[in-house]
Amino acid sequence: MRDVTSILPLSLETVSFLGAGRKLVDAVSLVVPAGGVTVLLGPNGAGKSLMLRLCHGLLTPSEGRVHWAASATGRAKRHAMVFQKPIMLRRSVQANIDHALAAAGVARAQRRERAQAALQRFGLSERATQPARLLSGGEQQRLAIARAWSLRPELLFLDEPTSQLDPAATRQIEELLTGLVAEGITVLMSTHDLGQAKRLADRVLFLHRGRLIEDSLAEYFFAEPQTIEARAFLAGDLIW
Amino acid sequence: MIRTRRLLLAAGFSAAFAGLALAQTTTVAPPAAAAPAVAGTRFIIVSSTTSTQDSGLFGHILPLFQAKTGIEVRVVSQGTGQALDTGRRGDADVVFVHAKAQEEKFLAEGFALERKPVMYNDFVLIGPKSDPAGVAGTKDIVAALKAIQEKAAPFVSRGDKSGTHSAELALWKVAGIDLDQKKGSWYRDVGQGMGAALNTAGGMGAYVLSDRGTWISFKNRGDLTIAVEGDRRLFNQYGVMAVNPAKHPHVKVNDGQAFVNWLVSPEGQKAIAEYKIDGQQLFFPNATQAGA
Amino acid sequence: MDFAAIFKAAFALVVGLDPGFLAIVGLSLKVTLTAVLIAGLIGLPLGAALALARFPGRSVVIVCLNALMGLPPVVAGLFVFLLLSRSGPLGPLGLLFTPSAMIAAQVILVLPIVIALTRQTVEDLWSEYRDHLRSVGLQGMRAIPTLLFDGRFALATALLAGFGRASAEVGAVLIVGGNIAGYTRTMTTTITLETSKGDLPLALGLGLVLIALTLAINAVAFGASRIGARYAG
Repeated sequence: MRDVTSILPLSLETVSFLGAGRKLVDAVSLVVPAGGVTVLLGPNGAGKSLMLRLCHGLLTPSEGRVHWAASATGRAKRHAMVFQKPIMLRRSVQANIDHALAAAGVARAQRRERAQAALQRFGLSERATQPARLLSGGEQQRLAIARAWSLRPELLFLDEPTSQLDPAATRQIEELLTGLVAEGITVLMSTHDLGQAKRLADRVLFLHRGRLIEDSLAEYFFAEPQTIEARAFLAGDLIW
Repeated sequence: MIRTRRLLLAAGFSAAFAGLALAQTTTVAPPAAAAPAVAGTRFIIVSSTTSTQDSGLFGHILPLFQAKTGIEVRVVSQGTGQALDTGRRGDADVVFVHAKAQEEKFLAEGFALERKPVMYNDFVLIGPKSDPAGVAGTKDIVAALKAIQEKAAPFVSRGDKSGTHSAELALWKVAGIDLDQKKGSWYRDVGQGMGAALNTAGGMGAYVLSDRGTWISFKNRGDLTIAVEGDRRLFNQYGVMAVNPAKHPHVKVNDGQAFVNWLVSPEGQKAIAEYKIDGQQLFFPNATQAGA
Repeated sequence: MDFAAIFKAAFALVVGLDPGFLAIVGLSLKVTLTAVLIAGLIGLPLGAALALARFPGRSVVIVCLNALMGLPPVVAGLFVFLLLSRSGPLGPLGLLFTPSAMIAAQVILVLPIVIALTRQTVEDLWSEYRDHLRSVGLQGMRAIPTLLFDGRFALATALLAGFGRASAEVGAVLIVGGNIAGYTRTMTTTITLETSKGDLPLALGLGLVLIALTLAINAVAFGASRIGARYAG
């Protein structure tokens, strides 16, 4: 019996996360509706990665709560995550996708179909039987996205997905993400690359020292940042 | 999370039990010389001594017993003290050793109902050809031991509570030598079986008391030879006892007794006498000798 | 001592495939392989669970496990002997002086190796895979099958290490097996026996087989780690 209600919007209600005696994420409240690319922007150490993990469920908030519109836990989560450094199992490319599908409870007969569909969609069919760890960085990240896509998520988290890739691979990944949005998948990603944010973002969430200090549509944010920190960041100054 | 771990532990242990059960049902086939065992592998465990094992006697007589009765005899060889303890613990059905005093103690303790003499062989004093104590050729073992102690010639003792060890200690006593006082670096206590003790004696040019059976079949003689033999005090009597079911109800009374009876029967005694190495008879059956 | 004659006799024994000789080799392999199989079935999941679990006293458990890897075989044998003797707690099972007792003793020797090496391998893999596995819904013990499979080459090496230790030991199998001719006599106990009897050709022949086996194991372990390196990238 499929649950047809969307898990979105995702809402965070004064979520805080404590670590080493400090508030690494400080009373963040926000709502992520369906559609488009939302970019988490900010300098290193601002708490972007922590935010994504809190949303995805890898971390538990110390205060406040993370709330989905429908059941989004357990095996068929309907949201997936791609990490900064792609985590590849010591198996073939196809087996990596198959493993994620099996973990999500997909039956054997359908796993093969869906894995092959993912390989085809992301141009990895020729590499299906190769050890995943022998792929180039860009190909591995492509595989990570393919793997996440095969799970049919409504929302895809990405934690600085191209920070370790060369410009050509970066452009490829960005094109893929745009394609995913066109299919109707909501994207929530972090980056410290201004250019990438400008290229991809529909909406910007600006983080500074764990606090969400700006939350606006991309065009407004880049044209007229409201806070000193955001302005400094956009100007290229180092802020912390 | 705890439940999953318990599940894993349970799975693991059931696998282990399955494995053990499996191993128990598949046994290695008995030696080619033996007749095929009766269905269900009828067997008894006999604890005996390393010197008897090393002599090769069992390889000769046990297949004959098995051919006649269908009973497989599994021999666990240890020093005499250990062999008797194995009987005391109920880990063997029959005990077959050569230390009358210790056997009679075993009997007195109630671990067996009777003791039957089976055969004897003799001990010989082995020593280096160079004969540092000057005892080669004498027929008097006591005089030889005295000479060894006086000249502090190297001497290897088995030191393992075995029948041979007991015999050696008894001889020192007869010679009037208190080992605790007179023991020096010349007296080497190795705590091992006969073959190992012979190896050690050969290696360090020492004298050692050995049973003739082990000596004849011992292949690593090196520089060793027989120094003293033939003294009546060197005779080595073997006795067999079935473990008392009153002490250990699980022992195989009938099959164990069948083995005991066969050993002292004319057939068994003949088999023992016929065992030869290099044409020499090792064991002399004497089941009918009074007072043996 | 004529070394040439001894080597010749040993070689003849191996090549001639003497049935008594083959029975001894067969029993050794059967006992050790079964012990490694059982230790693997128990130790792989246990080691993985230990890698993932956090509980008070965990470090103590790990240190004890590592120490048990060096348990003297004869001590393990003595322990099993006292358990299985008719006068002991498990006496009624009647397992003393049988190959099953030998398997049990060797399981005790191999198990710490398997658990300790599995724990190390799985812990390293978990720290690498953790985010992704939890992301796709495999938290806690549910990740164990994935971790065991991905660690297969390192784990195979651990099992081979266990095999090496068990096949080389003599103390445990001698005590609990009783070295019964044709029934519980293994390569190592026979080498001990024949050496003490001064029958060096047979002892040496068995020694050569044992060394050849160890060499083969190490070659396989090396090959496994090479293939593993390829998949590890």
